[in-house]
Amino acid sequence: MIINHPLLGPRDSQEFVYLGDAALIHRPDGMADGSLDKFIDYAYLRDNPAGEHRELWYHEQGDRSWLVVTRNTVTHEITAVELARDVARREGRSK
Amino acid sequence: MKAQSFRLRPILTQDGTWEYHMRYSGFRVIAEALTGHKGWKPAWRDAAPQAAYDYIIVGGGGHGLATAYYLAKEFKQARIAVVEKGWIGGGNVGRNTTIVRSNYLLDGNQPFYEFSMKLWEGLEQDFNYNAMVSQRGIINLFHTDGQRDAYTRRGNAMIMHGADAELLNKEQVRKMYPYLNFDNARFPIKGALMQRRGGTVRHDAVAWGYARGADQRGVDIIQNCEVLGMRIENGRVLGVETSRGFIGAKKVGVAVAGSSSKVMAGAGMRLPMESHVLQAFVSEGLKPLIDGVMTYGAGHFYVSQSDKAGLVVGGDIDGYNTYAQRGNLPVVEDVAEGGMSLMPMIGRARLLRMWGGIMDMSMDGSPIIDKTHIAGLYFNGGWCYGGFKATPASGFVFAHLLAKDTPHSTATAYRFDRFAKGLMIDEKGQGAQPNLH
Amino acid sequence: MSRISGGQIDRSKTLRFSFDGVSYTGHPGDTLASALLANNVRLMGRSFKYHRPRGVISAGSEEPNAIVELRSGARQEPNTRATVIELFDGLQAQSQNRWPSLKFDAMAINDRLSPFFAAGFYYKTFMWPAAFWEKIYEPIIRRAAGLGSLSKQDDPDTYDKGFLHCDLLIIGAGPAGLSAALTAGRAGARVILADEDFRMGGRLNAETLEIGGASGADWAAKTVLELGSMPNVRLMPRSTVMGAFDHGIYGAVERVSDHLAEPLPGKPRQTLWRIYTKHAILAAGATERPIAFENNDRPGIMLAGALRAYANRWGVAVGEKVAVFTNNDDGLRTVADLKAKGLDVTLIDARKGDEIIDSAGRLGLKSITIRRANGQTETLHVTALGVSGGWNPSLNIASNHRGRPIWDDQIAAFIPAPESIAGLTCAGAAAGAMSTHAALTTGANHAIAALADLGLNAIADIPQAEDAPLNLTPAWYVHSGKGRAWVDQQNDVTVKDVKLAKQEGFVSVEHLKRYTTLGMATDQGKTSNVLGLAVMAELTGKSIPETGTTIYRPPYTPVAMGVLGGRARGHDFKPIRQTPSHKWATEQGAIFVEVGYWLRAQWLPRAGETTWRQSVDREVLQTRKSAGICDVTTLGKIDIQGTDAGLFLDRVYANTFGSLAVGKVRYGLMLREDGMVMDDGTTARLGQNEYVMTTTTANAVPVFRHLEYCRQVLWPDLDVQLISTTEAWAQYSVAGPNARKLLEKLVDQDISDAAFPYMACGAITVQGTRARLFRISFSGELAYEIAVPTRYGDAMIRALVEAGREFDAVVYGTEALGVMRVEKGHVAGNELNGQSSALNMGLGKMVSRKKDSIGMVLSQREGMTAPNGYRLVGVKPVNPSETLTAGAHFLAKGAAALAENDGGWLTSVVYSPHLGHSIALGYLKSGDNRKGERLRSVNLLANTDVEVEIVSPHFVDPEGERLRG
Repeated sequence: MIINHPLLGPRDSQEFVYLGDAALIHRPDGMADGSLDKFIDYAYLRDNPAGEHRELWYHEQGDRSWLVVTRNTVTHEITAVELARDVARREGRSK
Repeated sequence: MKAQSFRLRPILTQDGTWEYHMRYSGFRVIAEALTGHKGWKPAWRDAAPQAAYDYIIVGGGGHGLATAYYLAKEFKQARIAVVEKGWIGGGNVGRNTTIVRSNYLLDGNQPFYEFSMKLWEGLEQDFNYNAMVSQRGIINLFHTDGQRDAYTRRGNAMIMHGADAELLNKEQVRKMYPYLNFDNARFPIKGALMQRRGGTVRHDAVAWGYARGADQRGVDIIQNCEVLGMRIENGRVLGVETSRGFIGAKKVGVAVAGSSSKVMAGAGMRLPMESHVLQAFVSEGLKPLIDGVMTYGAGHFYVSQSDKAGLVVGGDIDGYNTYAQRGNLPVVEDVAEGGMSLMPMIGRARLLRMWGGIMDMSMDGSPIIDKTHIAGLYFNGGWCYGGFKATPASGFVFAHLLAKDTPHSTATAYRFDRFAKGLMIDEKGQGAQPNLH
Repeated sequence: MSRISGGQIDRSKTLRFSFDGVSYTGHPGDTLASALLANNVRLMGRSFKYHRPRGVISAGSEEPNAIVELRSGARQEPNTRATVIELFDGLQAQSQNRWPSLKFDAMAINDRLSPFFAAGFYYKTFMWPAAFWEKIYEPIIRRAAGLGSLSKQDDPDTYDKGFLHCDLLIIGAGPAGLSAALTAGRAGARVILADEDFRMGGRLNAETLEIGGASGADWAAKTVLELGSMPNVRLMPRSTVMGAFDHGIYGAVERVSDHLAEPLPGKPRQTLWRIYTKHAILAAGATERPIAFENNDRPGIMLAGALRAYANRWGVAVGEKVAVFTNNDDGLRTVADLKAKGLDVTLIDARKGDEIIDSAGRLGLKSITIRRANGQTETLHVTALGVSGGWNPSLNIASNHRGRPIWDDQIAAFIPAPESIAGLTCAGAAAGAMSTHAALTTGANHAIAALADLGLNAIADIPQAEDAPLNLTPAWYVHSGKGRAWVDQQNDVTVKDVKLAKQEGFVSVEHLKRYTTLGMATDQGKTSNVLGLAVMAELTGKSIPETGTTIYRPPYTPVAMGVLGGRARGHDFKPIRQTPSHKWATEQGAIFVEVGYWLRAQWLPRAGETTWRQSVDREVLQTRKSAGICDVTTLGKIDIQGTDAGLFLDRVYANTFGSLAVGKVRYGLMLREDGMVMDDGTTARLGQNEYVMTTTTANAVPVFRHLEYCRQVLWPDLDVQLISTTEAWAQYSVAGPNARKLLEKLVDQDISDAAFPYMACGAITVQGTRARLFRISFSGELAYEIAVPTRYGDAMIRALVEAGREFDAVVYGTEALGVMRVEKGHVAGNELNGQSSALNMGLGKMVSRKKDSIGMVLSQREGMTAPNGYRLVGVKPVNPSETLTAGAHFLAKGAAALAENDGGWLTSVVYSPHLGHSIALGYLKSGDNRKGERLRSVNLLANTDVEVEIVSPHFVDPEGERLRG
């Protein structure tokens, strides 16, 4: 597969390490009430769709960017690649 | 040859009539050969769906067919249907590397896999089909002291659970496979953990044997019948919506590994698993070369030789979520690199076919066989790439759960709530990342 | 008669070769098959199950029958298709799967017994008694199975891999491919044209058809010349595109040296190319299919197009008296071409109702029996028969992504569905466009379309060529008598077997293939799959597309394992990482051990030491007595800087870091989000906003990845930057009572206990060179780790050894390191197994609940905090002379070796020279309150059973006085 890195252009997916569903961005607050149940869902449950999937890839053999790749799990077509940091900020993550 | 092997056995079918089923035997093969093979009957009926059943098993793969078989045979249940989207045996039971073994480490797993091994050992006589269960031994090579220590721990655990295990030194391995790279290796072979009772099974025959055995006991095997959704009212499952209409059921058991998340989404559930592709490879047929099964401890490569003479080779999953049943070149090359570094004599063997199977990669690398929060709905999945060897026990314990509503004694740990409770069964110690298991 | 005039062989040169020990000659341009046929050798192999005599049926890679063992010794290459072996001088080939000889094969008895070997017979028998399977039945089956054999010697050749990039990859250099390449090449696109054959031109080389008024073969040669002159076109003959992968990546195997007796010096046997292309055109042509009839498998019975190819391309007449059996006009070309060569040719046209119902000739065709449309039968003496049941587009690669082909009634064959693979189009016969004109036109047009996507203008220049229709009337198998008509010739699957499969309910294509083994042989069913499907369709009364489709997975043709492995063999399997002291250690005769990709000194033997224990014991004792030096560069090092660095560390470590003072080091415990221990190490605060973390050797890469994940994905606004400095610093541990004195000789600053106390750190200089010093200890001794820029690593080890000479300091390896850490009770790899929590390791109190950190919440789940869980303990044998074994399990006295009595296991075992006996760490259920208990350490794999006492894991200096010394 080829991942079109937003900074570096097209790169073979072999340069990357895969993590999983980009929902992992939304890590619950460990100090909040009821955090245990939230963490159990967060760490263990996945949508695992057959179709469009937003997922985290790490450019380990490259610039060490974490990326959010939108890829179809049936056709493997990639429709978007963004820096995970940008996505995380956009979705409300900060410090 | 016993006379009974030529006899037809009467079976009471679901509509109350008696049908005669053929026993397979060498005697029968000879008799048919002499009479133009006119007497062979379909191995199983191509059943049409009835309005309702007591049990519907979703998924006509190895696990689903085995579940139906044991429900009928061991738990004396009736009104059972297996519904399959395509043709039976077309999923992972038809696309795997055929290895059977019970060389697990953890208490949650090993009793179950040893139970499965014992079922394999009597399977062909039990279902009257030669699935070529062949216990030619499996060795896991080790290359470091740490791996040796881990295999020592594991071998001891296996024996304590009633399985067999031996620790081989380098010279013992060399005697078995003199052509391995012992003397010029990046990661020298230091020894191996061996399970002599491990081996291989003719995978397609497992599906067919269970299908035939289930059919003979009155199970309806309904092919080309896709489950489109579940009918659930007041927290209870009433049946399944299929491409061939609604089929009612008192209990529905889902055994669709690879597609578990898709099917269970129909019941509103999210599962602790991802779907990944595992590629496997077979070489052209070669005269005998490798007797047993071998796994490389310093690369992603395992190999055995089938009775059809091809080298059956596997490696690691591709590593990304997919339902595509096909993989990519990096993993193909990675497997070949492992093979060439372990046994440089296979350089001139040619790979004939490669294929990909979709795995339910669970969050701790171990399966789930459990009730769900919906009454009457039961789940069996999350097999990662250990599903084939588990087929008999998976069917047996799932049938037990369906019939008795309590887990079988060897499968008490395979619960949905083990993640919430912190009771993961993590053989590889990789944590909540499916593609590392 | 065999060699006739014409053909693309170089008759001015003679090549010698042998088959089954008999010498023959041929010419450059020949294949092994053409050369054998030219020498009147028709019998080339035996079939898999019935050992039927077989000859060549095709002229290409689809060959199911003429497969041989090529070469000898370690280069022996089984199952090689004679039809694609390019003849070279000295070639040796042997027939396979026969005993004692090809002409007289004792196993041919199977053919007589064929009624007993019907499809799937083995599933119904060999079950009684169960114990006989592995001992009797299976060994017989296994010996019978397989065709050729490997030498079991290491492959002596090398292989390579490479990467290519282009605008347009064209697969196949027949008329469609050449036309596409010419169109794209002239327009300036970067083109790769790959063909499996050694001579480009495809069917044009096998035909007498004309293009633009000249012979098609000449047009092909001229076109190849023009393409070869274009710098933007790469021609790749002898290169098989094996498969289409994602996003325009294709795999191709170039057979660099297979046409030579052995590779030239420095050259690989084959190269695996990964081709990255924007567009691809599949122009792989079509594969002819036979019509099945009784005894249709004798040597001399071939595909009609192959018969013609041998005459036209190789100047070989397979027989003087020839018949052609066809259901389409392409078969008529064979009649015409062979007649033009002066041969006696009889046409049997299935469209007129004429059929062949049988053949005769034990080792080669002697006659055929014809049944005319009017029912009359006649016997015709022929030694060669060409059969054409039509042509199947070679759509294999187009279905690699599991796109289903569609049925085309016009040619009665499957053609690729549009958009089967993104970026791939199909041209010429591969797309079902069967005429030369159609091939030239579709090739050019697809090239134009592909280039338009890239913004390039191309123009088609289509020469004049035939545009005749195929005029095919489907005919699949001849309905006659009781004999066997072969569908899959290599695997001996007959029409009867397909019928039996139908009778037993194995009707779907997948069931049919798996039950009968149809299409599973080395030819991958290229000539048999569609035929088998057609027979099943007729039996079930359904159309072929209703019955099923056939799709293909990679590889297009079988690929050598060696080329997929490339250069990764032997010591080159994985990269080797050497530490900065490697050269020095090598000079000392150190024994090295693989630690991941690193090689580390395991111990450093001195003269007179004959066992590893002598060396290791000395290294340990001398370190504890005086001083020892160890290269610890392999530990991961991560520089962490930024105003939020402390906050960041508080989140990634379970214990508190924000309070760490500048100039101090702290032990850190890192958890995974699931609460299990991920790694441990020390982190030093070098400045207000500057830290350096160490990780274990094994986890250096995963920890760095994890930290980047935390920083970029979880907390993107933290002001923290990371850089891996593992390779930037050479780091040495100096341990033992004289460690300070040793270092004081080298370090420019005051490192007295007052100035540089336990757990201090800071930038220093070593004789003016910048360095870092950390007062940390893994051994439990007074110890430091000193880091210098890597380029000074070699000088540093030599300086340390020199400075240590007056103390008789030793350099110790990983074994002594391991002994000392077990003596001190530190966890390492065997304890950090990914299945253990901080609580398991006796470090539960380190997990702070006052702050949110990775893994903190999930580490509190009930199953992970149960009081009866595993806890780290020390273990010693009650009888000090007894040896412990890592991996042995704990059992209570008198308890049977059953899982329910399993108390845990010994994780790490060493011999402690300090204590004079074996010691161990272990995980024991409820181990934290079982000190003093006596248990057994049982290793059932070696039948050892040792009485042990549970003790504190701190065997040496439990109060930690030495390291504060």
